[in-house]
Amino acid sequence: MSVPLTLLGLLEREPSHGYDLKRDYDTYFGRGKPLPYGQVYATLSRLARDGKAIAGPAEHGEGPDRKRYTITPAGIADVQHWLAEPISPEPHLQTVLFAKVVLALMLGRPASQYLDRQRAAHLQRMRELTDLKEHGDLMDTLLADHGLYHLEADLRWIDHTAARLDVLAQAVNQ
Amino acid sequence: MTATEAATAIIEARDIVKSFGQTPALRGATLAVQPGEILAVMGPSGSGKSTLLHCLAGILVPDAGQVQFNGQRLDTLGENRRSDLRRDRFGFVFQSGQLVPELTAEENVALPLLLSGTRRRPALAQARPWFGRLGLDGLEHRRSGELSGGQAQRVALARGLVAQPEILFADEPTGSLDSVSGELVMSLMTRAAHDHGTTVILVTHDARVAAYADREVIVRDGQVTSLTGAAK
Repeated sequence: MSVPLTLLGLLEREPSHGYDLKRDYDTYFGRGKPLPYGQVYATLSRLARDGKAIAGPAEHGEGPDRKRYTITPAGIADVQHWLAEPISPEPHLQTVLFAKVVLALMLGRPASQYLDRQRAAHLQRMRELTDLKEHGDLMDTLLADHGLYHLEADLRWIDHTAARLDVLAQAVNQ
Repeated sequence: MTATEAATAIIEARDIVKSFGQTPALRGATLAVQPGEILAVMGPSGSGKSTLLHCLAGILVPDAGQVQFNGQRLDTLGENRRSDLRRDRFGFVFQSGQLVPELTAEENVALPLLLSGTRRRPALAQARPWFGRLGLDGLEHRRSGELSGGQAQRVALARGLVAQPEILFADEPTGSLDSVSGELVMSLMTRAAHDHGTTVILVTHDARVAAYADREVIVRDGQVTSLTGAAK
């Protein structure tokens, strides 16, 4: 998650104060991990320094920073570029999951039992995310779906691997 | 399976064996399902999961082992008694709705009641509220050819639940649907089951469908593996 570009994207909607941006960031993207105020203001200062946003004059009132920030054309161009660019489709070839299975096979340890425990953990998380979808709002649903599809992909790999453990053990131990 | 699980189970398979010709499908499958539980039965193709469902539902009779429903042997009953049981106590949903094409949606939903001897008018009256519950308002008089796949499957779900069965057996109920329609069917099925205290035994190879269940087991090589506790 790129915090600077996400904040810049939120800023493209309309000129905003830091606390407005933080509130919207936490609502849409925070998911229980709210952005610290310090990070918000440090990021906005950097964006202003780099010419992506302009800080207005300090206003009187409550709160640590009463500046209203406005996005610049350079900032808009960055957001546009970022949103159009596909993220790297990480193949995750070196996950812990993968490493554990290969090591278990190498060491003659019960990889199938490990895979079963992993499957149970994945399914448990999928149940939690499904429950979130059933009782949550549209944002929860979108986010839960994203998690569910990733977990499903892992599970398919687990099933596929579990079905070929004998062959894999031979290959690893050659 | 612990003794407590077996004692409180609504339905239970003990060491069931079933072969088709020379091909063994179940080799000592053991499973207990608690009342009101939504259980997903998962497993690769050909693992025996549908055969297990058919044995539990009294559609097939195992070659060896026992099936008990509410503490009574089901596998030793004759075909007529098992047929009565399936009609009066169990509900079914299959992969493709298998609606009767000559009947309207409403008549399809009312079918289990009509077959049990309920008169047409009260049977249809009992069927109708399901259309609202499952988001099918206005489709009561359509025939199956005039329904989308997702609508037809929700009609099939209503038919499976209309007689208030103690157990709903669902074999790949979303197998022929796109993911959005499939989710709607699963969401409605689990909510209706929880509302009515219906036990659901759901066969699926799809983890996203299984995630609607309270618990899952895996059938492998004709035997049942429980994953509960495996994560601990």
